[in-house]
Amino acid sequence: MSAFFTYAVLTATIASAIQYATPFLLAALGETLGQRSGVLNLGVDGIMLMGAFACYYVALETGSDLLGVLVGMGVGAVLGLITAFMSVTLRAKQGISGIGVYIFGLGLSDLLFVRFVGTPLPVNPLPTLNVPLLSRIPALGRMFFQQNLLIYLAFLLVPALAFVLYRTNYGTRVLAVGENPAAADSLGISVTRTRYSTVILGCTMAGLAGATLLLLDGIFQENLTQSAGFIAVALVYFGAWRPWGVMTGSLLYGVVTAVVLQWKSLGIIPLSVADLAATAPALVTILALVLLAGRFRQPASLGKAYVRGG
Amino acid sequence: MGWLALPLSAFAALLIGALLILAFGANPVTGYHALVSGAFGGSYALASTAQKAVPLLLVAAGICIAVRANVWNIGGEGQIVMGALASTATVLAVPGLPAFLLIPLVVITAAAGGAIWAGIAGFFKAYFNVNEILSTIMLNLVAVQVMNYLLSGPMVNKSQSFSVTGLIPQTKLLSENSWLPTLVGGTQLNLGVVIAVAVAVAVYFLLWRTGFGFRTRAVGLSSAAAAYAGMPVKRTMMNAMVLSGACCGIAGAVLVFGSISHRMVTDGSLTGFTGNDGFNGIVVALFGGLNPLWSILSAYLFGGLLVGGTAMQAVIGVPTDLVTTIEGLVVIFVVSIDYLRFRVRVQEEANELGQGHEAAPPGGRRSLVFKLARARS
Repeated sequence: MSAFFTYAVLTATIASAIQYATPFLLAALGETLGQRSGVLNLGVDGIMLMGAFACYYVALETGSDLLGVLVGMGVGAVLGLITAFMSVTLRAKQGISGIGVYIFGLGLSDLLFVRFVGTPLPVNPLPTLNVPLLSRIPALGRMFFQQNLLIYLAFLLVPALAFVLYRTNYGTRVLAVGENPAAADSLGISVTRTRYSTVILGCTMAGLAGATLLLLDGIFQENLTQSAGFIAVALVYFGAWRPWGVMTGSLLYGVVTAVVLQWKSLGIIPLSVADLAATAPALVTILALVLLAGRFRQPASLGKAYVRGG
Repeated sequence: MGWLALPLSAFAALLIGALLILAFGANPVTGYHALVSGAFGGSYALASTAQKAVPLLLVAAGICIAVRANVWNIGGEGQIVMGALASTATVLAVPGLPAFLLIPLVVITAAAGGAIWAGIAGFFKAYFNVNEILSTIMLNLVAVQVMNYLLSGPMVNKSQSFSVTGLIPQTKLLSENSWLPTLVGGTQLNLGVVIAVAVAVAVYFLLWRTGFGFRTRAVGLSSAAAAYAGMPVKRTMMNAMVLSGACCGIAGAVLVFGSISHRMVTDGSLTGFTGNDGFNGIVVALFGGLNPLWSILSAYLFGGLLVGGTAMQAVIGVPTDLVTTIEGLVVIFVVSIDYLRFRVRVQEEANELGQGHEAAPPGGRRSLVFKLARARS
């Protein structure tokens, strides 16, 4: 255990915890926006897979990670449009339509991978960007300010989303539509347009999350996300639909994951029970859901399609 | 128009599948021909399809119970694994029992394994208000690691020849008394088919011929109304989840004791063992209108799609992921088309009432998927 509590190992563990947390955070922030407007999107995992594949393919072909990320986000946006069409316009049962999108993304991402990628080579990872001055701070600099661009972006999106939700007209409309769409509608707020925008934005972030995950791993494979998108949805509940809460949840998930892996490599967890230890992040999330579920109220119209006069 | 919705969804999904085959530079007609003959051409293919349909039907029957109570069990994968582990452990413990005792014991312990796993989520849903979709997904992630732990540790086959990479995470060959007997010689068709159909029929009777089923459906339609009528809403939700898990657990047993290898093996992933049947079963149930009897037909069709997909891959080189993609599209179209069906019905009712075209739309309380199912049951 003493091997764990050294400066180098602790800072490295926290730094990797932040990397693990980032794809979850991005996807969960996007899902938060959608759920705040009343749309439950369970297709996040499929959208992440599609975003990850698109990013991989473009980065592999063009050599540009940035272009890959943009295309990944674009794919997310297109799938967001489809999701919004089903959930808002066609008023499909949201839980199950999301499962459809998930299965679709799961199949199609690997189908395209097999079709268009001959030999799966790793793509260049994103370069580490040292933040001037801050990255020199002992310990803190190593943990927080020697990361890549997407990681900074993800964490900057937390205050950004909080600002948008609580301090802008758009955010007020989103919250109103999520709590009481009929009242919002009567005030001339378009429920349809608001929900389309939140879902498309949210799915764009899911695409970005997939791209981020891909660039951290460097290579695409079948079911790359391993249910990360579903975990992201759980983290939204964990974070009680608040951007800062969602960030806390993502970080907790990342920290537990990183610590377990670190302990495994240091031999603190014997290899024979390593598989059991790997359940820790999921168990912590379940426990947190149990402890928190009664405390916070979900957006009142979550999962319910809006029908004028209905 | 109503009854056309499901075939129409399937047709649309297959049409997009054809476009994807074209994108591969292959011929969709050749591909689909290979798929159909691989799935339904000849007695061996028909038997393989039936065998593939068994776990799908069992999961689908479980999904029918849960969804009828308006509880969404997305944890079929984990429950399959837990059912398989429980029954495999039982057989490893008492391998000497005669088959007529051991096989029922396998089914019961598998059902118990799946039921307990789903029951955790059901308990949290009923008494702690934890969203069951999330808890079942999390429990899937836990289940796969528990499987990897048990199959590489306590339950591993220790007498296998040691290779450089270590022991293969699998059990030893399970007692012959636990093997599901083959029904038709020369094919894989075994007792699993009988078990699955029996479970589906039992679930049908449970849901439509018993007090429990009535309460389950009432809670699913409106938990507020059911509570007002004095029904134990929480307990009903939890029981529905438990029974749903039991069905999925039995599917796990069939995957082990009806397999060719007759041992439980993991490649480290969930789908490596389940073949994604926990999710495929949801598709089957949905396509079967959330009715366990219709799910028999639905499971057979989707079993054919999966078996035929492998044949198609061999002939035109398009990977079986195409089948997964088509399944996703079927779900998307089924839930989407639901709305159109409903529009038609509202229109017809409105016309009958002579109220013109602007009739009152549906309330949000009762799901459209549910109405679709009710309309057909």
